[in-house]
Amino acid sequence: MKKRLMIFTTLKTIFVSMGAILMTYPLIWMVVSSFRPELDIFRETSLIIRHFTLENYIRALQGVAGTTFFEYMTNTLKLVLPVVAGTLISSSFVGYAIARLDFPFKSFAFTIILLTMMLPMHVMLIPRFIMFRELGWLGTYLPLIVPSFFAVQGFFNYLFIQFIRGIPKELDQAATIDGCNPISVFFRIIAPLSVPAYITAGIFSFLWTYDDFFSQMIYITRPSEFTIALALRQYMDAFELTAFGVMFATSVMSLIPILVLFITCQKYLVEGIATTGLKG
Amino acid sequence: MKQLGLFKRRWRRKMSQINLNSRQSKTWTSYKYAILFMSPWIVGLVVFSIYPIFYSLYLAFTNFNLFDQAEFIGIENFVTLIGDRRYLTSLVVTGTFVGIGVPLQLAFALGLAMILYQGVYGLKYFRAIYYLPALLGGSVAIAMLWRLVFGSGGLLNGLLGALGLPESITNISWISNPDFALGTLIVLRVWQFGSPMLIFLAGLKQIPVEMYEAAYIDGVNPFSKFLYITMPMLSPIILFNLIMQIIFAFQSFTPAFIIGGPTGGAVDSLLLYTLYLFIIAFTFFQMGYASAIAWVLVILLGALTLLIFKLSKRIVYYEN
Repeated sequence: MKKRLMIFTTLKTIFVSMGAILMTYPLIWMVVSSFRPELDIFRETSLIIRHFTLENYIRALQGVAGTTFFEYMTNTLKLVLPVVAGTLISSSFVGYAIARLDFPFKSFAFTIILLTMMLPMHVMLIPRFIMFRELGWLGTYLPLIVPSFFAVQGFFNYLFIQFIRGIPKELDQAATIDGCNPISVFFRIIAPLSVPAYITAGIFSFLWTYDDFFSQMIYITRPSEFTIALALRQYMDAFELTAFGVMFATSVMSLIPILVLFITCQKYLVEGIATTGLKG
Repeated sequence: MKQLGLFKRRWRRKMSQINLNSRQSKTWTSYKYAILFMSPWIVGLVVFSIYPIFYSLYLAFTNFNLFDQAEFIGIENFVTLIGDRRYLTSLVVTGTFVGIGVPLQLAFALGLAMILYQGVYGLKYFRAIYYLPALLGGSVAIAMLWRLVFGSGGLLNGLLGALGLPESITNISWISNPDFALGTLIVLRVWQFGSPMLIFLAGLKQIPVEMYEAAYIDGVNPFSKFLYITMPMLSPIILFNLIMQIIFAFQSFTPAFIIGGPTGGAVDSLLLYTLYLFIIAFTFFQMGYASAIAWVLVILLGALTLLIFKLSKRIVYYEN
């Protein structure tokens, strides 16, 4: 009986492994191709590198139209890091208020948060664009950064609400008896205990802002201020017909930050998806 | 005398109101911390959500073009929509994309979640590997990779050539051929089944093992176990995944924009709903018309969600 089970498990593992190879083949093929000289890339399907070269990476790092890859990366961080900070601060505030404090219309506020999670951003897109245009913010990162300080993304509010609800109430009750007001309860008890939620929210906020091609394209206009997502299109226009290898190299480099996050924070990602049940 | 009595009563009522107010202001002090912590959200909600929502509702009934004064034109935008060829094309393209992509994606997600749940060696690693595409899939880099995989000199044609297929097939550029372009986009969608898979996996773990044990003792076959235990127990999560994935898929933009280009691909074969919205708003600057398109999207998604909820009422099983 036990032997039969082992055989079954082995068979299933083999099946799942084949699926995994199939799924990741394009990714691995991309990485491998990025080290091939131009002539070797066309219709090459194997993963063997016959002539190893770093030429693609050198050209990719030089960038397009006078802006280097490094500058694109710096631009991206200038946009993404403030957004992450704003999201974490404002959303953890909301999470704390809804999970722990009492105020009128609380359940109504919670319903609104759930609704904003499902509402397509497109319905707010045009008025926001007009608003930021009147403020003279077009061409800057402000339209992308400022809203994040006002907890506009329902998903992160929901994530913090759910997490803080799971923290034992006795802890903050004890602190209250010891004379803490709600503000110090938050900073001394809730925030330090919510580190896993901060990490999960931080990763997702980073990833979504990093990948948010649509908003970046609308608001960022000067090529020297382009982010990675926008720069990739510049690369596409410059190299697609002539230099496949450079395209591969740029793609690979642009995915490195995501892959690093994925490998180091995998546990938080997987748990974040499983507990809040949302997109990735 | 009577007058005085009335006066007294009024006075008393007034006093009690003041008392009531002071009691309210007492609770107000206990609310003040909550209001403090909620204030960024409240400001954000008003400035970045509520105001824009109503403003775009207003714009939907105007001919605003960003440069001239907005003029109220009634329901003209919505009438135009019905006769707008490209809009109708975008509806068909998006409908096909969502209608085929999402069910396939969920089927893969559920299938793999069940295999992983039943037990494989190295579950942790497989879970991560299968999730990876969902994490990367929305990026510009992956959309670019898709162009390189499905282009005429790409990986797919290389594989087909290696299988010995004639050049008439291996010379096709799958992304610029209107018959296949949407197919490549659907493949990209299905490829990202990782996040619903993780949710299914978490849901499967919630099903009490005793149910399966009881079924095992009664000699129930695996198919019936799936049909009568797994499906009903998992049905709320299937419903949740279905609705969320439909909402996300409906709004997908980047892959179509990169793979097919900013105008909707060959013969508008990749003209997704949001891409058309983008073209109207930011190529033609018809902000009023674009607002109408955005509002129809909200109504469509709302109606679709309600419809799915209604239809699923008899199928979905809630424990309490």
